[in-house]
Order: sequence, then C-alpha cells, then structure tokens
Amino acid sequence: MNFAMTPEETKTAPRSPAENAGTSAPQPQTKPAATPAASTAVPALSVKNLSVFFGKHQVLKSVSLNVEARAVTAIIGPSGCGKSTFLRSLNRMHELVSTSRVEGDIRLFGEDIYSRGVEPVIVRRRVGMVFQKSNPFPTMSIGENVVVGLRLNGVRNRALLAEQMEKSLRMAALWDEVKDRLNAPAISLSGGQQQRLCIARALAVQPEVLLMDEPASALDPLATSKIEDLIRELRKDYTIVIVTHNMQQAARASDYTAFFYMGELVEFGPTAQIFTSPKQKRTEDYVTGRFG
Amino acid sequence: MNVTSGNHKFRKAKSLAMNGLCIACAVLVILPLGMILFYLVQKGASSLNRAFFTGIPKPAGMPGGGMGNAILGTLELVALASCIGVPIGILGGVYLSEYGGERMNTWIRFWADVLNGVPSIVWGMVAYTLVVLPMKHFSAWAGALALAFIMIPLVLRTTEEVLVLVPRSYREAALALGLPQWKAIVRIILPTAMRGIITGVLLAMGRIAGETAPLLFTAFGNTNWSHHLGEPIAALPLQIFSYATAPADDWNRQAWAGALVLVAMTFCLSLSVRLFSAGRFQKNT
Repeated sequence: MNFAMTPEETKTAPRSPAENAGTSAPQPQTKPAATPAASTAVPALSVKNLSVFFGKHQVLKSVSLNVEARAVTAIIGPSGCGKSTFLRSLNRMHELVSTSRVEGDIRLFGEDIYSRGVEPVIVRRRVGMVFQKSNPFPTMSIGENVVVGLRLNGVRNRALLAEQMEKSLRMAALWDEVKDRLNAPAISLSGGQQQRLCIARALAVQPEVLLMDEPASALDPLATSKIEDLIRELRKDYTIVIVTHNMQQAARASDYTAFFYMGELVEFGPTAQIFTSPKQKRTEDYVTGRFG
Repeated sequence: MNVTSGNHKFRKAKSLAMNGLCIACAVLVILPLGMILFYLVQKGASSLNRAFFTGIPKPAGMPGGGMGNAILGTLELVALASCIGVPIGILGGVYLSEYGGERMNTWIRFWADVLNGVPSIVWGMVAYTLVVLPMKHFSAWAGALALAFIMIPLVLRTTEEVLVLVPRSYREAALALGLPQWKAIVRIILPTAMRGIITGVLLAMGRIAGETAPLLFTAFGNTNWSHHLGEPIAALPLQIFSYATAPADDWNRQAWAGALVLVAMTFCLSLSVRLFSAGRFQKNT
C-alpha cells in the first residue's frame, strides 16, 4: 500500500499537550492479567478498576488493563460480555445512555478523562471511533464527510481541508477509489468503501486513539480483509482498540488481545500467547471454539 | 388430484368482488375532489381576470373590482404566522427528540396533541384577548398570531417525528468526532431530517392558509390595501365568506373565483411538498 505519510508528518500534526505529559503517567500495573508481557512504554490508555453500570445492572466488573501506544489491542468475548461497553467508556460514548454510571479510573496518556472539568467533547476529539454499521452522513458528499469533523470544529482554511482530506483518504486506503468523485454522495459508495470512509472521517480530526466497534462485521470477506490490512497499516501511527466477534480477525490484526467474559477481564496478553498458550481455562475454551 | 377444481370459481368471484369494492371506495374518495374542482372552475374561472388579481373590492352595486388585497393579505398572514410558528415548532420538536426526558416529553406531546385539537375559533379568541384588546383595534398581527397558534403544534409534532427517524448511528458518529451536541444537531441531524421538516411546515402553511374562523375577529378583513401590519388586513377566506353570503350576483361569482384561487394556492403548496421530497442526495421514496 502506498502511503503519502511519514512519521515526521504525524509529529507536525496538531496534537493535544497531553502527549508530552506522559512522563507523569502511572507505570503499568503489576497485576499479571493486566499487563502486556514485554511492555514498558507509557500506555496510551491506562484503565484501572473500571466498573460500568446501566441503572442497577453492572455491565463491567473492575476491569484493569493498559493499552499500548501504536499497537492494536483486540477485545474478544461472547455477546453481552461488556466488550462494547468497555470500548465506549474509553471515549465516554456510554454517557449517551442517561442511566449509565462509571467507577474507576481511565487515563489517556496519563490524563484522567473522567476528572471534573474534562468535557466528553474533548475526550472524543482525542479518542475517535468507528462503528459496526458504516454511517457516513447521507446529506454530504464523500469529500464533505471526510473533513466534516475539522470543518465543524472551526477549520476554515480550504487548502488545509483539502490536504487533510487527501491525507485521511490515503490513510484509509480509499483515495485511489474516490479521488475522481469526491463530490459524489457518500451513500453511493459500497458498504466496504463506506466503512473506510468512516475510518477516514475519524482519522481526519487526528485522534490519538482510534476505537473500532466490530468494524468489519457487516462486510463481505474481501472488504473485511481490506479493513484488516488497513488496521495493520494504521498501527504505525495510531493506537487502535478493536472489538471483534471474529477470532481469526483478532489473531490476524492485533498485537494484544483481551478476553472478556460476563463483564470481567479474564485474560490479557500478547495475541500470540492468548491464542496459543492461554493461562486461563476459560480463554482456552473460548478461543478453541468450545463455547461462545 | 386436481387442485384447481372445487370452489375455484367461487374464490375468483370473491376476489373480483373485493377488488371492485376497493376500487369503488377509492373513486368515492377522489370523486368529491374532482367535483369540487370542476364546480370551482366552472363557476369561478369566468371571473378570473387581471382586475381580480390586482384590484380591490368595489362598493356594493358597482360591477368589477377584485381580490388583490385579499390574496396579498393571505400571503402576508401566512408568512407572518410562519415567522412566529415555524421556529417555535421546530425548536420544540428538537427539544422533544434530542433533549427532553421521558416524563417531560410525555406531557409536552400530550399538550401538543390537545392544542392540535383546539377549535380554530378558540385561537381567534386567544389572539383577540392578547393583541386586539390591548391594541384596541383589529390587526394583521392578531390574525398572524392566531394562525401561528394553530401552526405550532403541527410543526412541533412533525419535526419530532422526522427527527426520531434519523438513525441513532448518525448522532453517535457526530459526537464521536468531538462535536458538541448542539452542533451535531444543527449541522448534521437537522439537515438529514430537513426535507421531512420542510414537508411538515408546508403542510401546516396549507392548513392555515384556508382558516377563516380565527381571522374573523383578529385580522377582521379590509376592503382596501393595508399599508401596515397594525391595521386590519384582508384575507381570501374572509373575503370569500362575505362575498358568498352577499346578495349580489357579481360578488357571488367573485367568491367562486376566490375559492378557486385559494384551492390553487394550497395545491401549489402540496406540489412543492412533492418537489421537496426529492432531496439533494436522497432518493424519492
């Protein structure tokens, strides 16, 4: 895949100061299940004792794990195990449900995203999200969809918008397919293209972390493999957390895997270890297809 | 075994009878509309001339004259009422769909539906009390306010209904880009629902354009051009009412022509509803 972006370019992109504040971040936890084996770098996301409730129902039970920066972390587990809730708590999207409540601590490069005075809007600008069902805005063209986040956040400079549009579409591996019809309606694209458009849209606002909630579950195998290639490429510049039902996908595309079961984090470690020599019986049963 | 035998013929007859019944009912629905249109054109078209659209009513007994002031008056009243009613209705609908809590919403919906059922003459009385009494004379403002009261619950409910149809995933996508909620609503959710909202607004305008009762003691009517909105203003329905009941053949004929124009105006509104239902990127469904 040809990418116009070099690591230097990403560094010049406007980022929040928190990235440099990483020195004050807590070191990886000592809990065996919570720490990726060989990780000593500052985690992009550090989750400690996270519990999420919807009304009286507890969906997540004291989950702790560290998400390594510039790596792909996959969340697997059977339906209803709290994968999506976990993902949504990372950019405070669960707050759209008015009965939700969160306990515990989530730090984004050392900064508490739940502390008083931190607006969810700011968190979401730094932690982007791609959803299960592709959802390009139907009233906008392909190009407008890509830069809508920048435009509505106050960027007026046309040259900058055009540059960011191309860069994001290239990163999402969609540029060559749409460069001649940027003004066509976004909903004229195929399902797989629409999903890559949504990825480009999320990348255009230059988030530090990208959350993906089963991004390929509604796509055919060919489109799925394109998305997986893309995830592997994006890992060079972004921290990615991906929820997936597809175990092969987790094995193929991720560096670390977390197995959730009934709201608990059962096991977390390098993907190869989770799939070949899991420490927990339940993990082994799940990844070998004995249940779930 | 012969599956086509037995009561096959009877079934076919039943099917035919039901089909015929449906067609008959459909015709029954369309027939009155056709008859009204035919009658209006037959009685009214002959009085449609340039003077009808540009002139004002002549004194009793004198031939000629027109309803130019009433046509303009109706346009003014509808425009003015929309200026008051549409923003309130749309913002209320946005509140219901995007912000309101369940209990609050149940009450607002209930009240909007009650308001929708209030007889239009009651709104005339409300506007009379609120505007005509303090100002001590009839005015276009009072008429527009009465019409706006009728519009608000209509626009509010249709706005809410079309906003609820916008998939949740668009709201999530907008918020996940780090947009504040108000911006997501104004720049993404409302444009997505825009053609539905415009349809609702146009239908509400068509509804109030033909209202007579609430104007009787608010806009009051005027046999002259009105030069500002503090004065009584002519309106087509009022003019039709007074001419249709007047003992003069010429006036009766003009009333028919006025009715024809009024129907044509609402027809144009419905037609533009059709046009608006083909949005920029959306297929006409």
